[in-house]
Amino acid sequence: MKVELKVNGATHAAEVETRTTLLDCIRDNLNLTGVHTGCEHGVCGACTVLIDGEPARSCLMFACQADGYEITTIEALAPAPGELGVIQDAFCEMHGMQCGYCTPAMILTAHALLKRNAAPTRDDIVDAISGNICRCTGYGQIVESIELAALRIRGTNEANTP
Amino acid sequence: MKTAPFEYSRPATLDEACALLAADPDSRLIAGGQTLVPMMAMRLARPSRLIDIQRIPELRGIREDGDVVVIGAATRQMETERSALVTSKLPLLAAAIVWVGHAPTRARGTVGGSIANADPAAEIPLVLATLGGHVVVKEGGTRRDVSMPDLVLGPMTTSVPAAGCIVEARFPVWKDKRVGVGFHEVSARKSDFAYVSAAAQVALDETGRCTRLAIGIGGATPVPTRLDSVESALEGQILTAEKVRAALVAATADIEIMRDSHASDAYRRRVAVGLGQRAIMDAAANSKGGPA
Repeated sequence: MKVELKVNGATHAAEVETRTTLLDCIRDNLNLTGVHTGCEHGVCGACTVLIDGEPARSCLMFACQADGYEITTIEALAPAPGELGVIQDAFCEMHGMQCGYCTPAMILTAHALLKRNAAPTRDDIVDAISGNICRCTGYGQIVESIELAALRIRGTNEANTP
Repeated sequence: MKTAPFEYSRPATLDEACALLAADPDSRLIAGGQTLVPMMAMRLARPSRLIDIQRIPELRGIREDGDVVVIGAATRQMETERSALVTSKLPLLAAAIVWVGHAPTRARGTVGGSIANADPAAEIPLVLATLGGHVVVKEGGTRRDVSMPDLVLGPMTTSVPAAGCIVEARFPVWKDKRVGVGFHEVSARKSDFAYVSAAAQVALDETGRCTRLAIGIGGATPVPTRLDSVESALEGQILTAEKVRAALVAATADIEIMRDSHASDAYRRRVAVGLGQRAIMDAAANSKGGPA
């Protein structure tokens, strides 16, 4: 069937099976491969995208259910090709990634958290990323990366734009 | 891990959804899909057709209706978590909802879906059972009220007929002056399935005596279980840990407790008493108007 998805502000048409997940549609039809395929049954969080600004698992939704929502992937977070957003930059600086597999999902989750809460406590951060598994177990640096990003966003004169 | 093929329909009204459901016994309703889609991915569920009720207006929203707060079945758990009405009128649901899955699953998962799924470890059915609430089930042209004991028959099993749809959940609101709540859970890790959970709501009079008490146990029991004998034992009393414990020990002595490779029935029974006591004592301590 034909679906029209609004991803990163642009409308994309795709021909999919009803059983095609939003995850597979974004990766295979839209060629946005920043969203990662993990467990495909809602446990690991690697496939996190933002749906109307909230983190959600793109493996637990079919593409045919996703029309009409604002879908955001990691590709939308960099200000320009070759540049990094504040959170991405903080992840680089604090070694918030090892293999990088969970990273786009962690960054999107952090982005949604910092939009809602500019000064999260460590517990707020831990709770926010508790649905995302890092199999390298580098959680310490991931939490520190988000703390640094929060600090930097608060320190700018601009409106909160993680 | 991919699902088997299926047909997809997104009816505009509840009547259409019920008609589609009645027309095909192998069809299933989908709203948030946070349990059904993993089941389909693992091929434990293989519906012929998914009937998407997520956007049907009459299934969505939170409103006050006399002495109850009504939550539409397709209302997302996160909307409930952020609802000022729920925070002020249903403090027990507000305390329990953050234990439901993770934020990303609460962003899609629905209140009605959690009740219909009837997982023994699920928090939302436990709160509804503890408060003595009910759901409205529609089948064909008829709607009926179904209490939680009549709805949840066993683990993952409800009395909702194959062509029936839960329309809304109706949570009683306590109008007593001093109301407090407590919620506790033990699981292998945060947000995993609870081995035992306990939900308590308590009302005290101005002297600190208990005028009303509701305590429910989940996770340990095959269905969310309200312990009515605890209320009769403690009504009119100043709540102390010893009295609460004695009432809980008596109330849980003979109820059916599940066991599995993670936790024995003896462990779960002991933890049910411990968590129940904590939940009730928390509820007494945080009841409006100051500590008991």
